[in-house]
Amino acid sequence: MALPQRQTDIGPPKYDQFLPPIIKKNYGKWKYHEVLTPGTMVHVAESGDKLYTVRVGSPRLLSTETIREICDLAEKYCDGYLRFTTRNNVEFLVSDKSKMDPLLAELKVKKYSVGGIGPRVSNVIHTQGWVHCHSACTDASGLVKAMMDELYDYFTTKELPNKVRLAVACCVNMCGAVHCSDIAIVAVHRKVPTINDEMVTKTCEIPTTIASCPTSAIRPNPAKKSVTINEEKCMYCGNCFTVCPPIDIHNPEEDGVAIVVGGKIGSLRTDPKFSKLAIPFFYNEPPRWPKVVAAIKNILETYAKHAKKHERVGEWIERIGWERFFKLTGIPFTFQHIDDFTFARDTFRTSAAFKY
Amino acid sequence: MSGKYKTPMLDELEKGPWPSFVTEIKKAAKKSPMADDELGQLEKSYVTKRGYWKHGGIVGVLGYGGGVIGRYSSLPEEFPGVAHFHTIRINQTSGFFYTAKALREICDIWDKYGSGLTNLHGSTGDLVLLGTKTQNLEAIFAEYSSRGWDLGGSGSAMRTPSCCVGPGRCEWSNYDTLDLTYNLTQEFQDELHRPAYPYKFKIKASGCACDCVASIARADLSIIGTWKGDIQIDQTEVKKYADSGMNIKAEIIDMCPTNCMAYDGKTLRIDNAECNRCMHCIAKMTKALRPGKERGATILVGSKAPIVVGSLLSWVIVPFIKVEPPYTELKNLIRKMIEWWDDNAKPRERIGELIETKGMRPFLEAIGVPPQPQQVKEPRKDPFFFWSESDFKK
Repeated sequence: MALPQRQTDIGPPKYDQFLPPIIKKNYGKWKYHEVLTPGTMVHVAESGDKLYTVRVGSPRLLSTETIREICDLAEKYCDGYLRFTTRNNVEFLVSDKSKMDPLLAELKVKKYSVGGIGPRVSNVIHTQGWVHCHSACTDASGLVKAMMDELYDYFTTKELPNKVRLAVACCVNMCGAVHCSDIAIVAVHRKVPTINDEMVTKTCEIPTTIASCPTSAIRPNPAKKSVTINEEKCMYCGNCFTVCPPIDIHNPEEDGVAIVVGGKIGSLRTDPKFSKLAIPFFYNEPPRWPKVVAAIKNILETYAKHAKKHERVGEWIERIGWERFFKLTGIPFTFQHIDDFTFARDTFRTSAAFKY
Repeated sequence: MSGKYKTPMLDELEKGPWPSFVTEIKKAAKKSPMADDELGQLEKSYVTKRGYWKHGGIVGVLGYGGGVIGRYSSLPEEFPGVAHFHTIRINQTSGFFYTAKALREICDIWDKYGSGLTNLHGSTGDLVLLGTKTQNLEAIFAEYSSRGWDLGGSGSAMRTPSCCVGPGRCEWSNYDTLDLTYNLTQEFQDELHRPAYPYKFKIKASGCACDCVASIARADLSIIGTWKGDIQIDQTEVKKYADSGMNIKAEIIDMCPTNCMAYDGKTLRIDNAECNRCMHCIAKMTKALRPGKERGATILVGSKAPIVVGSLLSWVIVPFIKVEPPYTELKNLIRKMIEWWDDNAKPRERIGELIETKGMRPFLEAIGVPPQPQQVKEPRKDPFFFWSESDFKK
C-alpha cells in the first residue's frame, strides 16, 4: 500500500483548531474560576459564559484502547474537546452544564479517579523507569502506583494546607521535576561502576569519557586502552555510563531510592525552592515498595498536621526549621544529609540560634 | 499472542484504586506482541531489580537528526518483540488541547505500526509513542506528517517548547502562552529537527508566577508572565470573600511576602510599588483581584536537573519584556542567547552552566542586556571584581 506524501518541518498543528467554541469566544477574557469539588471547576468569562472542567488522573502510560475510551467520553459529553494537564491528568472541557452530572456518573461507573484540583495531591510527575529507560535504577510507574493507591483520598477528597506536588525520578538525571517538588523520590546508585575494559576499548571515546566525570575520578588506563575509576572520588552519578555504556553503574542489590522534600516552583509567598534530602536510602522493594510508601505518607501527614493554611511543605519546614522537621517526622539524621558537593558551604549553619 | 507471560509481580500493581499502568500494558498486549514482550521483560525487571534496555543507537527518519529515540532490549532472544522498541516524540499541541477526532487518528496510526503504548505526555511535553521497529519509522513519519503532525526534539537540539493552559482557560495569563509557544516552535524548526547545539535547549512558557509548566526549574529559557501597574481590586468581591468566611488578615495580609497589603474590615489596600507580584493574593482571591493592566513577561535563563554538578533554577535576565505577535524582540533575544552559548560551550554544557563558568557579564554583554538589580538576590560579598577596558573610558 502506498504511503502518503511525507512533509518536513511543519511543526505541530496550530492549537486553535482544538479549542472548543466557548474558549475561542472567550479567549484571554476569563474573569475568575471556582473549584466546585476536588475534581471539578468552573471558569467564568467576562461575557458570563461558563466552562466546566472535570479532571481525572491517568497513569501517563496509556494504551490506545484507553485513549479511545477517553475520546468516547469527550464526544459524548464535551463535543469531543479535551486536554491534558502538565501533570498528566485528563481534563474534560464541558460547555453544557447539564452534561456534568451524567459525565461524572459515567466516570464513577468506569472507575476513573476524579480529583486533583485545589489543596490536594495532584497526579505525579514521573519518568520511564524499567518500562523504557536504559539508565533507570528503579521503576517509576510502580512507585507512583503504590504511592497513589495509599494517598488516594488526598487526590479525590481530603484537603491539605496547600497543594502537594509529588514526583518520581528513576535516576539522578531527573527527567521529572523531582528537584523542585514538595515530596519526591529519586533513585540513586551507591557503588562505583564496573568497567568492561574490552568493550570500553571497542565502543567508547576515552577523552569524552574522562571529561564526563564531574569529580575527576576517571583516569586513562593505557595498558588496557581503557579507563580506571578512583573509588574515593566517585559519587555514583552515572554520567560516565551515559557516554560510555560499558562502564556499568547498575548494581541491583545496592541501588535504591532516596526521598527529597520541600521544593516548589511558583513564586507565591516565597521564592521557588529546590527539594532537599529527607531520607537517603531505601532498598528497591518491588512490586509495591511498602517502606517508601509509608515514609512518604508519614511526611505528608506530619505536614498536614502541623503546617498553617496555604503553607507548602518547604515553607512549613523553613518556618519551623529543619532540625524540627527531623524531630516531628522521626526521620534519623545521617552523614548523607550533610552536603559535601557544590552547594555545601551555603548549607552549614552559621548561627548559634537553633532548636532542639 | 497475548498472555504469553505469567506476571505475578506486576499483577500486584493492578490492585488498588489508582489507574494501573500494568492494566494499560496488558490492554495493548492483547493486540500487540511487542507490548506483550514489554510486559514480560518488565516482570523480569521486577524480579531481578534491574532494567534491560540498552543505550539508544542512531535511528531516525530521513533528513531529521532527532525525534526518534533508539531503544533496544539487552535480551532480544528472550523478548524478541522488544528487540527494537524505539520511542517516537510527536510535537504536542500548545496547552495540550486535543479533539477526540485528532487523538483517534493518532491512535489508529500507532496501532498499525507500533506497540499501542503511549505517554500522554513526556516530561518535556511531547506526545510520546513507546515502542516500534526501525523498519517502521519512515512509514510512521509519512503517516503522521501527511496529517499535520511533526516530530519533537531530541539529542543536542532545541527541544519541543511547551506551555501552560494560558489564555485558553486561565484568568491570570499575562501573555498568550499558546500562541507564543506555537510561534517559537515554528521559528526553530530546523534547530529542533537537526541537532547542532552543544547540548539540549528547552523553552517553557508560563502565563504567570504560578508557573504551571515548571519553567523556572525545567527550561534553559523560562518565559514567565507578569505585569506592571496596580493590581485591580473589586472591593465588593473582597467583602464577599470576608462574608463567606475567609480570614483576610491571616490568609492574605499576613502571608504577603512584602507586607504591602492592609485591610481594615472594609477596604483592601495594596501599596503596589512594594508588591513583588508573587501571585499569592491573586490566586487566593481570584474574583476580587486581577493583575495590573500592562502585561508582559520576565525572561529567565539556565535551569536544569542535577546532572552533573547540581540543579539550577533559572536566573532573571530581562525583568520585563512585552510579548506580542510577531514576537520579533523576543525571538532576536533568544537567537542572541543561543548564539553565545553555541560559540562558547563545551559538548554537553547547558547554557546555565556556561554562564556559571564564564560569568554573567560576558553573557549579558553578548545579548545586549544592561546590569539591573532585579537580576540578583544581592550584590557580591567578595572584593574580587573584574574590570574591563570599557569600564575605564568614562
